[in-house]
Amino acid sequence: MALFDKFKQGLTKTRDFLMGQVSNIAAALGFFDEEELEELEIALIQADVGAACTDELMTALREKMRISKNRSTEFVLGTLKKEIRGILGEKEQLYLEPGKLNILMMVGVNGTGKTTTAGKMALRFSREGKKVLMCAADTFRAAAIQQLEAWCERTNTPLISQKDGKDPAAVVYDSIKAAQARGSDVLIIDTAGRLHNKKNLMDELGKIRRIIEREAPDAVVQTLLVIDATSGQNAVIQTATFTEVSDVTGLVLTKLDGSAKGGVAVAVAYQSNVPILLAGLGETAEDLVDFDPDAFVDSLLPEEELQKIAKTD
Amino acid sequence: MALFESLSTKLQDITAKMRGKSRVTEQDIKDMMKEIRIALLEADVNYQVVKELTQEIGEKCKNQEVMESLTPGQQVVKIVHDSLVDILGGGDNSLHFQSSGFTVIMLYGLQGSGKTTTAAKLALHLRKQAGKKPFLVSVDTHRPAAQEQLAILAKSIDVPCYINPQEKDAVVIAREGLVKARYLMRDVMIVDTAGRMTVDDTLMRELKEIAEVVRPNEKLLIVDAMIGQEAVNVARTFDEEIGLDGFIMTKLDGDARGGAALSIYRMTQKPIKFAATGEKVDALEAFHPDRMASRILGMGDVLSLIEKAGREIDEKKAMQSINRLQNNQFTLDDMLEQFEQVQKMGSLKDILGMIPGMNNKQLANVNLDDRKLDYTKAIIRSMTAAERSNVKLLNASRRQRIAKGSGRTVQEVNQLVKQYEESLKMMKSMGLTGKKGAKGKKRRTGGFPGFNFPS
Repeated sequence: MALFDKFKQGLTKTRDFLMGQVSNIAAALGFFDEEELEELEIALIQADVGAACTDELMTALREKMRISKNRSTEFVLGTLKKEIRGILGEKEQLYLEPGKLNILMMVGVNGTGKTTTAGKMALRFSREGKKVLMCAADTFRAAAIQQLEAWCERTNTPLISQKDGKDPAAVVYDSIKAAQARGSDVLIIDTAGRLHNKKNLMDELGKIRRIIEREAPDAVVQTLLVIDATSGQNAVIQTATFTEVSDVTGLVLTKLDGSAKGGVAVAVAYQSNVPILLAGLGETAEDLVDFDPDAFVDSLLPEEELQKIAKTD
Repeated sequence: MALFESLSTKLQDITAKMRGKSRVTEQDIKDMMKEIRIALLEADVNYQVVKELTQEIGEKCKNQEVMESLTPGQQVVKIVHDSLVDILGGGDNSLHFQSSGFTVIMLYGLQGSGKTTTAAKLALHLRKQAGKKPFLVSVDTHRPAAQEQLAILAKSIDVPCYINPQEKDAVVIAREGLVKARYLMRDVMIVDTAGRMTVDDTLMRELKEIAEVVRPNEKLLIVDAMIGQEAVNVARTFDEEIGLDGFIMTKLDGDARGGAALSIYRMTQKPIKFAATGEKVDALEAFHPDRMASRILGMGDVLSLIEKAGREIDEKKAMQSINRLQNNQFTLDDMLEQFEQVQKMGSLKDILGMIPGMNNKQLANVNLDDRKLDYTKAIIRSMTAAERSNVKLLNASRRQRIAKGSGRTVQEVNQLVKQYEESLKMMKSMGLTGKKGAKGKKRRTGGFPGFNFPS
């Protein structure tokens, strides 16, 4: 399936919700008045776009409407789409440097899907012909290692692990040594979930990071923050805090298909400079795809449907 | 982050602008309602609920009391807070045990909401607080190692557990678990089910089939405090399909405001029965509507702090310390004791975070190193018993020895001694020590006289 279609399918729920709201609003008058704009604002908030980001979007939209004196449905929705696209920024992709050890550190709060994402990434990279090594640095949660083991078995990826309760930094050290000895292309480190307001747990990430820098100074290190798309405005705070502590280089938005509220992607992009690199659009490994802002926006507000609404006016 | 400023600050800003006016106008109330609306939306409360609520609250605010109050901002906050407490506290939030002597509790939830961990917490809670004999079963055949996770947790709290990772059919496992629980004569069986990314038909069918076998008496949905506007859909679908008896909110130790709590009660009329507040298996508490209301409004959590202090601090030891203080016998040993008591309550940042007015922004700039307490403890422990009870013995060479013994510097030893002496001085000035110290009114100091965080 093409990437575009995947986005379309994964975001069905959010689109249905948003387009349902939008067409209701548009049908009322055929053009947008203050009341309709307020309704539109509400629809955005309900899609988890967040109060601040919605405010910004609406202000820009109102300004453009004022300047152009155009209140038609076509213009309003088209402008909104452009504004959202603008917030999402340029498309950036997860890049692995050939000939070097690429270390990907997966971080995030509990239950966002770090281990599952690590497993899916392992499959993807090994299909691309890369030598992948996995590191089970979640030594805290019961059976986290077994869960990763199951993924590694499925994807045929070697795994470096120790017993539950060991110092995660020690496992990371082992895995770096192993990756260097085996000449791996990618080392994926699955860390334990941690709430971003727990200082000592966040410090632990710093320690892991220092070990990586010391033991693998030549490696290309990327820290990926895994965010659950079902979460609300806390996702914004998560991004800010994790970025501050552990130098997050990219975001992974999981469970985008599970929620009618994919708007959290826009909220996060608005408040942070870190690019969204990957999106989880379904349960299978193939559903973890490169995040494409164009496909995202077009899946939320598809051109053909916007045209349809505009015509019925 | 201005976005997350607390509601009370914002309302105070509005009322500050009104200074000079003799009374609050309807427009002022309208402005305040707008702020409340945004605050609730930022806390992820469902939009529909926010709309209804602000309308109701706006009506309440139009009464005489607010309009003529000198502190209308605070009045409004109080009204909002009380309204939230009213909503959150609705319904019966106790668990119902069957008179037959065998109760089945089934846990539902989305992926990653914390079902398995909560299952173990609930088992421990039932054993400790309700004197029950719990039994755990995992019927999660989807997520790799989910069953093993429950088994490990069960073992750590010493509760029997049934899993069967080889079996693909969840219904079969449920049946086997039931037999086992009855055979072991347990009185509560907790069933941990599989989570899905979303509520889909296949999962619902499976869950219903399991329910037919185990016949649950309590059907509880696990809700992540971080969930956004989707909360209502999830709660409603589960309630319509399965018929829930209540909810458990998880990850409340994070900094999510947890507005979902408000939405789901309002939309389903089912009570929130427990709150999970940490990664450890004993971190499950009864749900307190007033605290949740404060949290949603970003007003700190003083009550939890007080309760935490009450639970973690050994009353007897604290009293002993006070007595010793009053007899002028407060030694470094006592100081060590106090540090340990404080550490039991959690990290300093956690404690400070519960104080109203201390928001994340302020806390981020405070460099609170919990290890400092450890260092101080190490220094005290490197002293002899005689030195601990009489600091005057500490000459230069002894201080050097202590520094070496504890792996700290002599300066730090000096600092500690100075701090200790200052604490003594301060206690004296507060009239806490000395022969006549306890004269007159009985003063309870909460067990921490002259306590200074080591800096």
